Amino acid sequence: MIRGRIFLWGLVALTAGLFGLFAYQLSQPKDEFIQSTMIGKPIPPFDLPPSVPERPGLASGDLADGQPKLLNVFASWCVPCIAEAPNLARLEAAGANIVGIAIRDRSQDTEFFLRQNGNPFSRIGRDDISAVQLSIGSSGVPETFVIDGQGIIRYQHIGDIRDSDVALLLEKLKEAGA
Amino acid sequence: MNALSLLHSVERFARFVLRWVPTLAGITMAALALCLGPAAGQDLLPPAPYAYRQLDDPKQEAKAQALMETLRCLKCQGQSIADSDASMAGDMRHQVRTRIAAGESPEAIRAWMIERYGDYVSYKPELSTTTWPLFALPLLLIALAALILGRRLGGRGK
Repeated sequence: MIRGRIFLWGLVALTAGLFGLFAYQLSQPKDEFIQSTMIGKPIPPFDLPPSVPERPGLASGDLADGQPKLLNVFASWCVPCIAEAPNLARLEAAGANIVGIAIRDRSQDTEFFLRQNGNPFSRIGRDDISAVQLSIGSSGVPETFVIDGQGIIRYQHIGDIRDSDVALLLEKLKEAGA
Repeated sequence: MNALSLLHSVERFARFVLRWVPTLAGITMAALALCLGPAAGQDLLPPAPYAYRQLDDPKQEAKAQALMETLRCLKCQGQSIADSDASMAGDMRHQVRTRIAAGESPEAIRAWMIERYGDYVSYKPELSTTTWPLFALPLLLIALAALILGRRLGGRGK
């Protein structure tokens, strides 16, 4: 009899715990970010043509020249990319070498975007079918990767670079050997 | 007299139209802007060559289709890349079809995707370090139920 009681209360506690878990999870903000699982791995080989006449294109070899870099995946049609432009400029001013990949972007649109928002890139590759983006596990624009001098992906920042992210990215760049 | 009144109506109509044209144009422009608004986050490039084009070999296309139905669209989430019209889903279909055409096996392509995006990208249940409880738990419960049933029925037998 007593054992039956304890068993029933146990069931009630279990159910209450389960609903508690549901309530907790439902109150958490939705995490829509899909992390790349390429961190710690070398960047896959690629060779992208230049996106704009003012800058050379981008190949995987350029990312293994001994100097750590920020790899920014962006597009002129991407609104948060406008928001992060001032912070990319700040990163460049702080000495970061930033290379870009323009995703599904016509040259004239990229050029217009860079005229409007500044051009912090030393190289910009043109990725018309998101091939390189898919190969590094990036699922949207903008995203920023820290690549070390050997071409190993060290860190991924998803979404636009906020003011508070600048210091962190510089730190990660330093950790990568800059 | 009748012709005159007709002319009068026409004139009134013309005045009406002229008066409201700027307003109507404004409303139409605003409506158009609203319709085009959500498209502002879209690129202007055409889809990848094999986003909507099937492979010539029906056997290969069937393989590609089966794989595409079990790969998750990263932009839309909850849709497979076969279902989605997001340009990134199209680019993923292009990857799948060109790789199949180049002779890669569907499971190798799935592994390539998982290597980049984790288990999340695949709808096909995989046994891995994070998913094993999903497979172990039902087996455990069945074993537990069998044990309880066995004891009960065994007890009754005596």
